Amino acid sequence: MDFLLIQALSGLASAASLFLVASGLSIIFGVTRIVNFAHGAFYMLGAYAAFTLTDRFAGPLGFWGGLLVASLAVAAVGALMEVVLLRRIYQAPELFQLLATFGVTLMVQDLVVLIWGPDDLMGPRAPGFTGAFSLFGRLVPTYDILLILLGPVVLGLLWLLFHRTRWGVLVRAATQDREMVSSLGVNQKWLFTSVFALGVFLAALGGALQIPRTTVTHYMDLSIIVEVFVVVVIGGLGSVTGAFVAAVLVSELNAFGILVLPKISMITVFLVMAVVLVVRPWGLFGKPDAAPRASAGISVRPWKPMSALERGGVALVVLLAALLPFVSGSYALSVGSEILVFVLFAASLHFMMTVGGLASFGHAAYFGLGAYGAAFAVTYFGVPMEAALVLGPVLGLVGAVLFGWFCVRLSGVYFAMLTLAFAQITWSIAFQWVEVTGGDNGILGIWPSAWASTPQGFYWLALGVVVVGVAVLRMLVFSPFGFGLRAARDSGLRAEAIGIDAKRTQWAAFVVAGTFAGIAGALFAFLKGSVFPETLAIPMSVDGLVMVLLGGIETVSGAVVGAVVYKALAIWLMSQTELSKLVLGGIIVLLVVAFPKGIVGFIEDWRHRRPPAPNGAGPEAMGIAKVEAAQ
Amino acid sequence: MKRMLGLAFAAVLMASAAARAEGEIKVGEINSYSALPGFTDPYRKGMELALKEINDAGGIKGKKLVIISKDDGGKPGEALTAANELVSRDGVVMIAGGFLSNVGLALSDFAKQKKVVYLASEPLTDAIVWSKGNDYTFRLRTSNYMQAAMLAEEAAKLPAKRWATIAPNYEFGQSFVAVFKDLLKKRRPDVEFVAEQWPPLNKIDAGPVLQAIDAAKPEAILNATFAGDLVKLVREGNTRGVFKDRAVVSYLTGEPEYLDPLKGETPEGWIVTGYPWYSINTPEHKAFLDAYQQLNKDYPRLGSIVGYSTVKSIAAVLNATDDHSTEGLVKAMKNLKVSTPFGEIVYRGADHQSTLGAFVGKTALKDGKGVMVDVVFKKGADYLPSEEEAAKMRPAN
Amino acid sequence: MTSLLEVKGLVKSYSGVHAVRGVSFSLEAGEILALIGPNGAGKSTCFNMLNGQIRPNAGSIKLDGQEIVGLPPRTVWRRGVGRTFQITATFSSMTVRENVQVTLLSYHRRLWSGLGYAGAAYREEADALLSLVGMEQQADRPCGELAYGDLKRLELAVALANQPRLLLMDEPTAGMAPKERVELMRLTAEIARKKDIGVLFTEHDMDVVFEHADAVMVLNRGELIARGSPQEVRRDPHVQAIYLGEGLLYDAKHREEAVQ
Repeated sequence: MDFLLIQALSGLASAASLFLVASGLSIIFGVTRIVNFAHGAFYMLGAYAAFTLTDRFAGPLGFWGGLLVASLAVAAVGALMEVVLLRRIYQAPELFQLLATFGVTLMVQDLVVLIWGPDDLMGPRAPGFTGAFSLFGRLVPTYDILLILLGPVVLGLLWLLFHRTRWGVLVRAATQDREMVSSLGVNQKWLFTSVFALGVFLAALGGALQIPRTTVTHYMDLSIIVEVFVVVVIGGLGSVTGAFVAAVLVSELNAFGILVLPKISMITVFLVMAVVLVVRPWGLFGKPDAAPRASAGISVRPWKPMSALERGGVALVVLLAALLPFVSGSYALSVGSEILVFVLFAASLHFMMTVGGLASFGHAAYFGLGAYGAAFAVTYFGVPMEAALVLGPVLGLVGAVLFGWFCVRLSGVYFAMLTLAFAQITWSIAFQWVEVTGGDNGILGIWPSAWASTPQGFYWLALGVVVVGVAVLRMLVFSPFGFGLRAARDSGLRAEAIGIDAKRTQWAAFVVAGTFAGIAGALFAFLKGSVFPETLAIPMSVDGLVMVLLGGIETVSGAVVGAVVYKALAIWLMSQTELSKLVLGGIIVLLVVAFPKGIVGFIEDWRHRRPPAPNGAGPEAMGIAKVEAAQ
Repeated sequence: MKRMLGLAFAAVLMASAAARAEGEIKVGEINSYSALPGFTDPYRKGMELALKEINDAGGIKGKKLVIISKDDGGKPGEALTAANELVSRDGVVMIAGGFLSNVGLALSDFAKQKKVVYLASEPLTDAIVWSKGNDYTFRLRTSNYMQAAMLAEEAAKLPAKRWATIAPNYEFGQSFVAVFKDLLKKRRPDVEFVAEQWPPLNKIDAGPVLQAIDAAKPEAILNATFAGDLVKLVREGNTRGVFKDRAVVSYLTGEPEYLDPLKGETPEGWIVTGYPWYSINTPEHKAFLDAYQQLNKDYPRLGSIVGYSTVKSIAAVLNATDDHSTEGLVKAMKNLKVSTPFGEIVYRGADHQSTLGAFVGKTALKDGKGVMVDVVFKKGADYLPSEEEAAKMRPAN
Repeated sequence: MTSLLEVKGLVKSYSGVHAVRGVSFSLEAGEILALIGPNGAGKSTCFNMLNGQIRPNAGSIKLDGQEIVGLPPRTVWRRGVGRTFQITATFSSMTVRENVQVTLLSYHRRLWSGLGYAGAAYREEADALLSLVGMEQQADRPCGELAYGDLKRLELAVALANQPRLLLMDEPTAGMAPKERVELMRLTAEIARKKDIGVLFTEHDMDVVFEHADAVMVLNRGELIARGSPQEVRRDPHVQAIYLGEGLLYDAKHREEAVQ
């Protein structure tokens, strides 16, 4: 009994930092609707800044003052980011801000190594809280008690701030109805900035409070960001109380879960989230969005199939791509094959996000399932590549049928998070079921058949599959099914009122997207000759999102361009510099500011601003048609 | 697509511009530079030192040794892209490197498929030379099995019978714990393992994990966590008194990479493997240490030894034969002798594992810093199965 | 002979508060019936129950003698009930014509096809429907840039696409200029009589109501308090009391109201 109490206390202490960071994220999302991917980066910066300050100024004042000053300094950095970067892109399509904050995250990861060096840093312990006191004959660290108390205190302070100050009332009003607040004549800009700064402050404080417990590392952002997202979603977006309850719930379930299943902590949070979202789709303390915003692309320009000229342009590009093996070396070809694989992956996600209005944060699941499916087919059934390329995606399809059924019941960020949960669960199965999947060592020896084993052969294979795949997806967009899907996205109410089963239509789109991602994954397995859990992991899903957003979410074909640009850049930078994350992040941030509708979205805007050329487009317009049509 | 074409053309141009300079031998090297700078920084410094020494002494039979390094970002998929670039564009004669076991295995499979020699420098997994071994892959570092055997030998001397294990939840941790259990039970059939905890890498929730271990009342603990997880574990464990009156056997903890961050909180008396660079008195190591510190104004980490010995091994095999084709290199690599700061090693012909040894000792506090004391150097060859046995563990090709 | 629509004892309450209490009425084919009442009287709740969007707590709704309570909106639609919304619901990423085309595709059960260009399907039918409501000139315009009155007309075209027997129109003329209103309702009445469609509509504009409705029902606090010809209802002192009590008059004044 006493042991269980101690375990519960340990769980509560772990919940404290999680709560601080999560409440910041929740507040930011509630008001600005920004999914702040950089929140983990601010948590990490808080820890680094606190390390530097507490290292320099010893003593209790130096320590606690250092923590506070560090958090304030990072909050100022956050406010600066909001003013300089995010303000420019509030009008951009939903989720586009995610891309900007993702770029910032990449940059920070390299910057902290440049500033603080690569080694793990161990800060001082908290003066006055280095010991432990005895409870039922067991020792409980006093710092844990401090953290346990801090959670409710911060919760209470936030409550006071939101209920007893004019600023707080405005923030709550804005959380419920942004338009209303702007009509009240409140300076919305500064309200957003101050909310963002507060959220970042909480993240940085959460990070700073970690230094007496652990080392400060350049990868600590990754270890918390996803978990924090999950906590926010379990609690209900925008709800600080929800974040608190969810943080406690997750930490306690983890503390007790490991007693029964020592390997469970890898997926505890995701299991909890999946269960909560299936039972309570808006999180524990969340409220259904009164008027859910259309998740994607309400373009003013309705989509049109390509004109004859554009088709010619596409054919020309495909032909040129097919001629590549005659002029380039085998390295360029394998890079080309990899880019092609990601073109199909991004196109499948794009189909779901743009046409279906379903922004998935876990699309890698189906890519990875396709890859594992192909690997299983080769390893366990000994089938040749040709058959494995067909069988592999079936696994992606099955996964999409299963997970999609649950996911399409939700919408918006909740949908995104449930897809993430399923992807993480799939990942952890691949990671832990060592006997079948090889765990993190993966499955090796998945090499193509002889005819496709040369870089040229494989490139042509990939080109063929991808061109057909993208063509089929595009055909679906303009088919009756695509129309029904867009109808369900534009107005669920109207769609149902004209006989469309919106959920089933979206489910079907989910399955289509999952299957095509699976095809890309199967190709990827043969390209790399191996399959690893990383094909199912969050960075893969994020890569897909970045490609879609970069290309332009309101376009029919943006993902293709986004994938080519992003993947080519990423591969090239990886090979050229060890600061690839810094450069890539910087480029993403610049692209976001320069092309708030994505690259193709920008080109289309520009094209339509010009008066239509009399009788056939000019040469420039043709060039654009090619880029746009490169799918 | 246009961009891709442009990229491809650029690649062609670069490839022809870099047309094989006659006076050079190029070797490719891949590591997790951006993802694990804590290891790769000293590793790179070690490589640079060895490279300088080799080229200052005339290179490889008069040709300059050039090492082209690529980053894998900690991902096997990226490592394969990099390997492909090195082999098909840069035209390297062999590849080397790797830190993570899954990256190493991916590169090893790549080597098998593309028939190119791969020298795995750091990956610890036993699979790379045994269950998934192949003709083209060799491994430098003292493996999981070898270090587990060294630690099991020490653990067997302890009176403890009830053991608990804490290891990161991935193949590295799982296979290490499995081997250790197996080897300890062989020496001591009376021990039992009463608890196990598998925190995810970099995400240990140290308080609950340690309470769970403590509740099983073990007499000794085996730890295989490292880096940030280790620090959390040590801090929580010290405060909660979990390590008090208990023997702890801890894998890799004596490596400066992981010991130094613990500073004044280093627990005393843990049995660890590691690299006590401050107390190794062999002439080979002294020479290395002096040269290293002259070049770098910093002390070496274990990564430095790995980087240095990797390049020395590459130079040795390139010097051993004039036939720099893959077949020639594989042949020369088998039973190749290389001198390293840890003494002479041999790449065994049967399983391609080097006989690099390791230091085992106890942790202690000295001037507010963690050090290894009572250090014993254990020769790698003594802790490996015989070549016949090892050969049986490899797949038949 | 059964009526086209037979509603009996319809009840809906939200956490104890009765929004609609025991509404019963019937509607014949070709009849144009107006449902009026002050704001919050339960008109929209009634509408949403009729097309299956809200499930009543009790009561029965029979279409041609067949019970439709419990069916989802899409099935009610398949049984021949078209509707327009108080706040227009259209597909804003499509052109005007595509809005009608997707409805026609659904009506012909072709939406699950992945083949062919949907923009080429049922073009003539779509254009015919659009010209019926006077939107043929705007067929290629993006729906997202239409004026509100035009959206209302588009909704009517969409609602007619499945050859409905019953048309539910929730404030069909809100947001239109007075001339347009008369025009739209005249058109609706004409179509209804020609095709024998029963029309139930709510409306704030009493000119529209009294000019076009065959009969008028008055809903107050969830209860039907009057039903009869426009003249009868207009003279009903009970009805007058409710409307005067709300400070509203029958004529021009609440036209502005309706615009909102």
